[in-house]
Amino acid sequence: MRKQLYNVTAILKGLSITFKFMFAKRPTIEYPSVKKQHSPRFHGLHELRRYGDGKERCIGCELCSSACPANAITVIGAENTPEDRVSPGERHAARYEIDELRCIFCGMCEEACPTDAIVLTPRFEMADYRRGSFIYSKDRLLVPPEAGVGLAPDERPNGIPSDLGRVADIKSTTDVDRGYGATHRGEILKTQTKGLALLRPDQDNNT
Amino acid sequence: MSIAAVPLWVVILVKSAILLLVVVTTFAYAMLAERKVLGWMQLRPGPNRVGPWGMLQPAADAAKLILKEDLTPRSADPLIYRLAPFISLLTAFSVYAIIPFGASSAGTWAIGNVNAGILFLMAITSIGVYGITLAGWASGSKYPLLGSVRATAQMISYELGMSLSFIGVLIIAGTTSLDGIVNAQAKWWFIGPQLIGFLVYIITAVAETNRTPFDLVEAETELVAGFHTEYSGLRFGLFFIAEYVNMVTVSCIATLIFLGGWNAPFGLGGLPVPGLVWFVMKIGFFLFLYIWIRATLPRFRYDRLMAFGWKVLLPVATLNLIITAIIVAFKG
Repeated sequence: MRKQLYNVTAILKGLSITFKFMFAKRPTIEYPSVKKQHSPRFHGLHELRRYGDGKERCIGCELCSSACPANAITVIGAENTPEDRVSPGERHAARYEIDELRCIFCGMCEEACPTDAIVLTPRFEMADYRRGSFIYSKDRLLVPPEAGVGLAPDERPNGIPSDLGRVADIKSTTDVDRGYGATHRGEILKTQTKGLALLRPDQDNNT
Repeated sequence: MSIAAVPLWVVILVKSAILLLVVVTTFAYAMLAERKVLGWMQLRPGPNRVGPWGMLQPAADAAKLILKEDLTPRSADPLIYRLAPFISLLTAFSVYAIIPFGASSAGTWAIGNVNAGILFLMAITSIGVYGITLAGWASGSKYPLLGSVRATAQMISYELGMSLSFIGVLIIAGTTSLDGIVNAQAKWWFIGPQLIGFLVYIITAVAETNRTPFDLVEAETELVAGFHTEYSGLRFGLFFIAEYVNMVTVSCIATLIFLGGWNAPFGLGGLPVPGLVWFVMKIGFFLFLYIWIRATLPRFRYDRLMAFGWKVLLPVATLNLIITAIIVAFKG
């Protein structure tokens, strides 16, 4: 009899819990309209940068290609000529292709590059319908001349969080870093922002 | 031409058409409400992409179901397989022929006023199980068959407790007509003297409509989708409609028999609120209760379900009936 009574109270307790949850704050991030803030060190789609005068930074040295553990990068260099100076150095990349389906987004190309030409941006929405569309060539990788020089690796908020993902030490890092270790849902809610705008603090945002 | 000159069959036809529209709309939004509330209880927002606040979701679902291919498995019995969803749906709808929704000085608001209303209800809702049983049987496939076997056994065990939970109310009210029972509750709702009957009814009603925690008929963890595994497109949709309409039906019955129908609660009868509003609010409460229970309780194991029906609900309902009968007999 006592056991039966316990069962009834257990059901009532369960009902009260579900009722309370109905009014609880939901952790859902409604993705296409609201985007979660990624780590400032997030590795996304590549970008080939320029100098301030519009010249390409890439000198066609193929160091990124040899550093790539996934063999995703193909570079074919060519000599610069006085009539056609593509980059300030002696050589430039005649072809520069990255197969984003092979790429593991490790960032070793970025580390290997002597001129900071190839960088990984925080862009991650690359879905497409055909395999061929994932081979990004220079026309899509290069920053358009009117869009400035591109995002330098050291322009992104500096410093490696000492905790690397533990929630406990978030306070010690900068505010932008909060999204990084904040795996707890309450923390994610606090860092929900409109897109990736926060990663470029100089451009039209004051959040 | 005055209203009285309109032939009766035209009046009934118009009433039926209106009621059908209301019930189908109720179904659509009961479904949306279920998905919303279930979502909230599981810390999700629920459907919110189609229309403002997800309000057009039922229309999108309907369009999808209508456009899907209507498949009949080769091993199925084609005639019964195609007929079964209509049996479910027809019985679910035909109950509304006699359910009174309110009353005015002109009479009761119902299509037909049957003096043995409760018997009619019991009979029609019991036929509904044939839809499920035949669907499972005619599919010619193992999971639907197991689902329909369960449906049959479950229905037999739970209908007994359900009928017995009614009879206490019938003894006190002294009538089997639904508006008579509601009028007998003008002062006291039967949930007071018949609290045990009410609880038994709520539990058996959940089993009757095959919903969690008694949804063994379509237990997706074991039986894929139970009796409607092989159904697709509009025929699946008909089963879907029937399930929700049955939910509204048992909510109506519980409201009429135990919660005073269209009588105002807590002595609020003086307010200028039509009885229909109270009736709809009580139904809404029951529908919420259904969703709430679904979000809370896991599915029963099959043998425990049967044991619960025969060894707990049936004796409790019988005891309640005997005690009620003795008290009524001695008090006069």
